Amino acid sequence: MTDLRDLYQELILDHSKKPCNFRVLEKTSHTAEGYNPLCGDRYTVYLNIEGGVISDISFQGAGCAISKASASMMTSSVKGKTIDEANMLFEEFHRMICGNPGSRVNEAALGKLVVFSGVCEFPIRVKCASLAWHTMKAGMEKSKEPVSTE
Amino acid sequence: MVQHKSALLGHQKDARFSFEVERYRKDFPILSQRVYGKPLVYLDNAATTQKPRQVIEAIDAYYRTENANIHRGVFYLSERATKHYEEVREKVRDFIHAASSKEIIFVRGATEGINVVSQSYGRTFLKPGDEIIISHMEHHSNIVPWQILCNQIGARLRVAPINDEGELVVGDYAKLFNSKTKFAALSHVSNALGTVNPVKQLIQMAHEAHVPVLLDGAQAAPHLAIDVQDLDCDFYVFSAHKMYGPTGVGVLYGKQAWLEKMPPYHGGGDMISSVTFEKTTYNVLPYKFEAGTPDIAGVIGLGAAVDYLHAIGMNAIQAYEQHLLMFATQTVSKIKGLKIIGTAQAKACVLSFVLDGLHPHDIGTVLDREGVAIRAGHHCAMPIMERFKVPATARASFAFYNTTEEVLVLERALHRALEILK
Repeated sequence: MTDLRDLYQELILDHSKKPCNFRVLEKTSHTAEGYNPLCGDRYTVYLNIEGGVISDISFQGAGCAISKASASMMTSSVKGKTIDEANMLFEEFHRMICGNPGSRVNEAALGKLVVFSGVCEFPIRVKCASLAWHTMKAGMEKSKEPVSTE
Repeated sequence: MVQHKSALLGHQKDARFSFEVERYRKDFPILSQRVYGKPLVYLDNAATTQKPRQVIEAIDAYYRTENANIHRGVFYLSERATKHYEEVREKVRDFIHAASSKEIIFVRGATEGINVVSQSYGRTFLKPGDEIIISHMEHHSNIVPWQILCNQIGARLRVAPINDEGELVVGDYAKLFNSKTKFAALSHVSNALGTVNPVKQLIQMAHEAHVPVLLDGAQAAPHLAIDVQDLDCDFYVFSAHKMYGPTGVGVLYGKQAWLEKMPPYHGGGDMISSVTFEKTTYNVLPYKFEAGTPDIAGVIGLGAAVDYLHAIGMNAIQAYEQHLLMFATQTVSKIKGLKIIGTAQAKACVLSFVLDGLHPHDIGTVLDREGVAIRAGHHCAMPIMERFKVPATARASFAFYNTTEEVLVLERALHRALEILK
C-alpha cells in the first residue's frame, strides 16, 4: 500500500511552507489565474516573456500543500526556458502524475520534479499538482506572438 | 483526560441514554466496509447520508414486483405503484406535519424545490425594484436561484449578516425588511456551520411585514423534527438523499393557498387536465407541479427512509446527535491549533474547522488513508468562507449511526495529519 510519505515528501512540504518566487512580478508580460472549484485553490501566475523565453516567473495565491509546492517548483524549473521547452516539461510532468504507479518517468528531463511521482497514486490530487502548470500554460497562450519560434 | 473520555463513552451506555447505535449501524451495509485496510468512518453526512437496507430493499422490491407508470395505467401493477407512490406523499405530509398532502410536491431535490419557487412564485408575484432577503450562511442553491430571478425581473437581493459564531443577528435581520421586501429565503440549518436558525421567530417577523418565507430544510430534515404548520413557513424544501433516502428525489412543501395561485414550473404529461392546441387546463394540486414520469422508485425509497426515521424517532436522533456533537467538539478542541468555524449556541451535528497552517484538502487526504471520510473545501457556501477569511474548511458531519469511538478515530487521524504535514 502506498504510504502518505510518497505524496507528502520532505521537499514538497518545504516548498509548500516556503515557496520560491511567491510574489508579484514587477515586470510582467502575461498573467493568468487558475482556480480549482473543488477545493477552492486559487493562484495567479505572473510571466515575463521576452523573445519566446520565460525570463522571469512568479506566483501568488492560496491552496493545498501539493498545489503550492507544485507552483513553487514549477517556477524554479521553467525560469529561463523557452515557451516550447516549458510546454514539453509540462507534458512530461503531466504524464508522470497521471501515469500508472511504478511506470517509468523521464527523470533526466524532470529533475527535482520527480518528487511529485507519488501523485499518480492519489488520482484526486492530480488537479492540485497540475493547477499552476495549467495556469502558466494559459498565460503563455495569451501571447500568440512570443509563442512563435519561427 | 483519558478518564474524561471514558466517562463520556460510558455515558452512551447509560440507562437514561439507551440509543442503540450499534443496532442501527447494522442496518447500513456500507458501514461495515474497510477502506485502505481500515474500518470506514463516514463523516460526510451533510453531503449525503448512507442508506439503510430498508431503503435499498424498498427500491429493489419496487423494480422487482411493482414497476409500472403511475396515474395512468388501468392495470394491476400501475394501480399498485400509484397507490404506493401516493402513500409516500401522505407519509411525507405526516413527517413534516403539513395540513394536506396536496401541499407535498415531489421534486428532484431541495435545489429544484427552490428553483420552482423562485421561478413560479417569483416571476408571478415579484416586480422590478422588489427585494428578496437571504442570509450570509446560505448554500449556493439558496443564493443562485434568487440571483437568477433578480436578473430576470430587476429585483434586488439583500443579504442578512452573520456574527463571528456563525449566527444570524435577529436585530440586523429585522432591519432589512422594508416596503419593497417581497420574499425571504433562509436555511433552517446551515450546511457549512451547523447553525440552527431561530426560524419560527424570523418567520413571524417576516409575516408581520407580509413577506412569505421559504426554508431550505436540506440539513434540517435528517436531524430535527419538522412541523411546517407550527413554523408557519410558506415553503419548505428538502432532499431525500440527505435523510437516508435515495439521490434524485426531494420534497417541496408549499401552503396550498400559494400553490393554487402559482403557475406550473414544468409543462408536460401528468400536470394537465385537458390539452387542445388552443388551450390547456392544468391538473389540480399537487400534480400541477409534477410534469412527466417522476422518480417513482426514488419516492418509494424516500417513503422507506421516512418509515425508518419514524421508527427510531426524530427526538431520540436529535438527543443522541447532540451528545455526539458535544463529545466531538470537546475532543477536537483539545488539538492544538484547531479552530472550529461555526460555534453557534444552537447547532446540528456539523464540525467545520481549520487546523493551524494545514490546508483542509491535505487534511482530507491524510484522514482518507486512515479510513475517515470528511469534506474539505468551501461546502458550496463560498460567501461563508469569505466571511471567516478562510479559503476552505475541513468538515466532519455526523449522523445518528456515528459513534463516540469514531470521534476518537477522527482525533487520532488529525494528530496523524499534524505529524505528516507539519
